[in-house]
Amino acid sequence: MKNHSLRALLATPYFTSLVTVVLLVLMFALGSVAYTGFFSLQVVLNLLIDNAFLLVIAIGMTFVILSGGIDLSVGSVLALTTMIAAYLLQVWHWPPLLVIVCVLVLGSLFGAAMGLLIHFFKLQPFIVTLAGMFLARGLCYLISINSITIDDPLFVSMSQTRLSVGDAFVSPSVVIAMVMLALAIYLAHYTRFGRAVYAVGGNEHSALLMGLPVGRTKIAIYAFSGFCAALAGVLFSFYMLSGYGLHAQGTELDAIAAVVIGGTLLTGGYGYVAGSLTGVLILGVIQTLIAFDGTLSSWWTKIVIGILLFVFCLVQRLMSLGAEKVGAGAGNSSGKLGGKPPQPGSSVDGAGAAPWSASVQ
Amino acid sequence: MNPNLLSDHEDGKLAASAHLRWQRLSRLLRAPLLRPLAALAVLLLIDFLMIPGFFHIELKEGHLYGSLIDIVNRAAPLMLAALGMTLVIATRGIDISVGAVVAISGTVAAMLIGGTMVMHDGVPTYASNIPMGWALAAAMGAALLCGAWNGLLVAGLGLQPIIATLILMVAGRGLAQLLTDGQIITVYYKPFFFLGGGYLLGLPFSLFIVAGMFVVLALLMRKTALGLFIQSVGINPVASRLAGIRTAALIFFVYCFCSVCAGMAGLMISANIKSADANNAGLLLELDAILAVTLGGTSLAGGKFSLVGSVIGALIIQALTYTIYSLGVPPEVNMVVKSVVVFLVCLSQSPEFRNLVHSVKRVPSS
Repeated sequence: MKNHSLRALLATPYFTSLVTVVLLVLMFALGSVAYTGFFSLQVVLNLLIDNAFLLVIAIGMTFVILSGGIDLSVGSVLALTTMIAAYLLQVWHWPPLLVIVCVLVLGSLFGAAMGLLIHFFKLQPFIVTLAGMFLARGLCYLISINSITIDDPLFVSMSQTRLSVGDAFVSPSVVIAMVMLALAIYLAHYTRFGRAVYAVGGNEHSALLMGLPVGRTKIAIYAFSGFCAALAGVLFSFYMLSGYGLHAQGTELDAIAAVVIGGTLLTGGYGYVAGSLTGVLILGVIQTLIAFDGTLSSWWTKIVIGILLFVFCLVQRLMSLGAEKVGAGAGNSSGKLGGKPPQPGSSVDGAGAAPWSASVQ
Repeated sequence: MNPNLLSDHEDGKLAASAHLRWQRLSRLLRAPLLRPLAALAVLLLIDFLMIPGFFHIELKEGHLYGSLIDIVNRAAPLMLAALGMTLVIATRGIDISVGAVVAISGTVAAMLIGGTMVMHDGVPTYASNIPMGWALAAAMGAALLCGAWNGLLVAGLGLQPIIATLILMVAGRGLAQLLTDGQIITVYYKPFFFLGGGYLLGLPFSLFIVAGMFVVLALLMRKTALGLFIQSVGINPVASRLAGIRTAALIFFVYCFCSVCAGMAGLMISANIKSADANNAGLLLELDAILAVTLGGTSLAGGKFSLVGSVIGALIIQALTYTIYSLGVPPEVNMVVKSVVVFLVCLSQSPEFRNLVHSVKRVPSS
């Protein structure tokens, strides 16, 4: 019985998200005990300030992964956005607001174009966005090989403004990222689009048979991810005050890691947008811990992220196995209780197919 | 006799032979290796027209020199990585940890060989820290361990290949940096350099490694049932398992093999630059390897694979790089060109795209 309730806990949808939150609190507690000055509001807010761009990218990535896809181009789109913004501001002297609108539109179009290829030509998201990643990085270097410094007053003020929270402060980027997060949570859980995303991720074929606009949804998802990457690019250029083709290399991997650690199932259809916030914060806490320690080198970040990724993938896998067992157990017991001869095909087929489909995954 | 009838008959004959010829032509056009070979030929033609003396090969001190040799030599690590990747992709998998494995194996070899100066008959010579054979074996062992880890996650735990190998991709480079303490390790031991820059019978030694690997692999695929099994797992893993193929063991083997290939590529790369750079060695090599495999006509959906195609794909990528460098085009364009090539190749593999093209062709004629 006890075993059964454990399984039931494992099978609850928010289990991994719960684990992440517990882990985050534990890591923060560990840091607070081990290092003086760690336990302060500013350290927490710094996590947000330093990772606002990553949070925005992870939000877009969450939608893509929820739909069963993947977007490897986000880091390069971020770099391309900083580059285009810097070029338009410094060389063509466009007004900053127009520049921001322009790069956001370009980012969305870039994503939408990849979505079109993925949907209409049934290409694998992985390879299309991989090519998109090359393309965006290459375009950066076509604009300029060197870094372009931004000295536009609006960008500089966005970079230097401090909004006080109690006796600590945050940057405007954090506010933008938080608004984006709220918007994304609303989009995922309270709109038709959000439900379609989950349905497509759960089973694209069923979604199509249910009459959901699968094509439109998929293209919109990649456009949204492109938009998020471009917005992250804008935040990143507030942060760095420069455009450079080498900015944010490997960010796509950080974003995927954050989404997975946040509890979104990689096979799609399962997870929470808010989980990605905890995922991003965990990555941030690891970096902060290493910075506070001082003796550990930066590569420990990579190793720890790798270990965390492994652990979370393992938990997800065990969780889905547990869910299948619960399902299969329930099916068997009901069959016994009924005591009837097996009823028409569907249930028998369903029970028979389950173990195979489990092993295909 | 009605002349009309005769001409009708003749027409029919003509039409039949034209049809036959067309059939032959279209069969030729559909030959799997035609497209990559044509792409390579076009590239070489551009080189021939634009770069004077491109096909010139000369013998200097018993070594062959020339642009073609250079391309083949520099493509060697990529060819190895692509061979391993081909098998992984043939089983519907993907291995994005190739670059990290390159860094790990190069680092292990460089650390174990190192090179300390010893006075030998009054002449300073460099000796390896431990015998080179052991060092190389250790490096390959490390690579094999990486592959076993990937294989365990994919075949044992049933994780998605891209995520399973993502773990090693992120952590592997970190491990290599941990080993070297983030420093570049320089190797001073001469015999090690032979792997990357040595010559045998006038040809670069790396070519012999690639050729040996290719022959072994081709024999395994053609003369044993292994190739068939891999293909069947790629086409339908469930059906293959039900048919009695040990799917999990096979997938495990494929990932081990891919990492061993990457490990060898890592040895070549670090022997070539005479050092181990954990930060940059093999960076983005996995992407080039995937690109080479797709260029060679292996389907990313699994099942259909071509080893020769992957080797040609690797040559295309290297020839492209060479062309771009020697034409004086900024090297940054390389990435844009590569991405456009990937888009085109993927589109040409997509049945939906072919249908679209066909329907567009058909509309004006009807």
